[in-house]
Amino acid sequence: MSKLITRRKLITTSLATAAGLAGLEAAARIADHYGFLAPDHSGLFGAGEALTYGTQRILMAHHSAAREFNRSEISKIIPVNGEPPNTDPYQRLLAGGFADWRLKVDGLVVRSSTFSLAELKRLPSTSQITHQACEEGWSFIAEWSGVPLSYILNLVGVRPEAKWVVFFAFDDAWDSIDMPEAFHPQTLLVLGMNGQELPTRHGAPLRVRVPRQLGQKSKKYLSRITVTDTVKNIGKGWGAVDPEYGYSWYMGI
Amino acid sequence: MAEAAYVPGLAMPRGEARSDRRHSPVVRITHWITAVAFLCLVISGVAILLAHPRLYWGETGARSGPSLIDLPLPFVLDVPIRGPGRYLHFLSAWISLFTGLIYVISGLFTYHFRRHLLPARSDLSWKQIRQIILRHLRFEQPPKEEALAYNLLQRLTYLLVIFVLFPLMFWTGLAMSPAVVSVFPTIVTVFGGQQSARTIHFFAASFLVLFLVIHILMVCLAGFAVRTLAMITGRIVARKETI
Repeated sequence: MSKLITRRKLITTSLATAAGLAGLEAAARIADHYGFLAPDHSGLFGAGEALTYGTQRILMAHHSAAREFNRSEISKIIPVNGEPPNTDPYQRLLAGGFADWRLKVDGLVVRSSTFSLAELKRLPSTSQITHQACEEGWSFIAEWSGVPLSYILNLVGVRPEAKWVVFFAFDDAWDSIDMPEAFHPQTLLVLGMNGQELPTRHGAPLRVRVPRQLGQKSKKYLSRITVTDTVKNIGKGWGAVDPEYGYSWYMGI
Repeated sequence: MAEAAYVPGLAMPRGEARSDRRHSPVVRITHWITAVAFLCLVISGVAILLAHPRLYWGETGARSGPSLIDLPLPFVLDVPIRGPGRYLHFLSAWISLFTGLIYVISGLFTYHFRRHLLPARSDLSWKQIRQIILRHLRFEQPPKEEALAYNLLQRLTYLLVIFVLFPLMFWTGLAMSPAVVSVFPTIVTVFGGQQSARTIHFFAASFLVLFLVIHILMVCLAGFAVRTLAMITGRIVARKETI
């Protein structure tokens, strides 16, 4: 058998490659249309991210819920990563007990609004005892209480073209989640932890809790929530600050 | 295959040495893709492990609490591929999943497992296994017929790797995904919690690395060039006889 590259082989291989690339392009378009394409799908590792996010979105189409635990299972040791922002605006708000803190909710909403801490505390509250794992490997179980994000989103009225909910924080972190995750009943704007006020190092005055993703997604020290149809114009356009450091945007893993 | 032909007048074998069919194209292609993907999984896996080289049992565990095992490794967060290591891990996992599925499905259709890997019932005896293990421990060259077929120990090891360890890696890996667990909670509760799954993931990976080391060692012992070429070209060249 000859091992030479024949013309026929060359033509078939090129045609197959071209068809494959066109197929991938078409698959990417279809996936994007149905919201199965992560914002950081491009680049060397994009194929893996697109597969993971797309597959898990399909698996979770019926709004699966993160496991909830008993009060007795709450961890005695509650580890925490990072320090509260050392910036002047945050430190001033902290010193004033966050009385002057306001959460801004804007973007593709009918009524852009701001909420004070007291106003948020007056809204209907729910709580959950869920498992939170850090991408480093450690984990703990805690009780989180606060306002479901969906309640706030319904209050301000999300426009139909909205695709992402973006969180901005005082520590210059920013992140985003898709609409199914944003309207998921367990996605919480957290005001309290284990029956107490949210401790400073755990993200006071307000953090988001996304229990179907790793802890990194549950951003702390929130200042603003924006509803948008594209994240391309924020940072490098990869949906969060984390991909700029090499971590994936999707943290369902 | 071609009989060793002799050129009249010259008492020398002509042409190439005798060669036999050894590995099918599917086996060869999936072998090398898996090899590369597995290497990427190990490298990125070590990078992930170094962020927190402590193992726990149950649902939770953290640095300031009790552990199951403190691995003798430093806590290193800023390894060069810290972040991209995660991307690499999941891309390689997908590649090895697809490759593994192609291998297993084609293996079932072509009777690859039945013919080459399932041990004959008559071979399954402790005496046989002991003999083969002793031979390995003495670093003896394998008998010639083993160039063409796997011995009992090889068959059992490959079956363990293909049908136990690799599936267990995927299972425990998925059991660490909060999204997948929200859909199928049982995949983590059977292990007793997310940290248990992480610990099993580590040990199954360690066994696979151990397998890889022994596998390469055995290939070297049996003849690195001949065996590696067999996995590339599909043909194994019989050892040259001295005249």
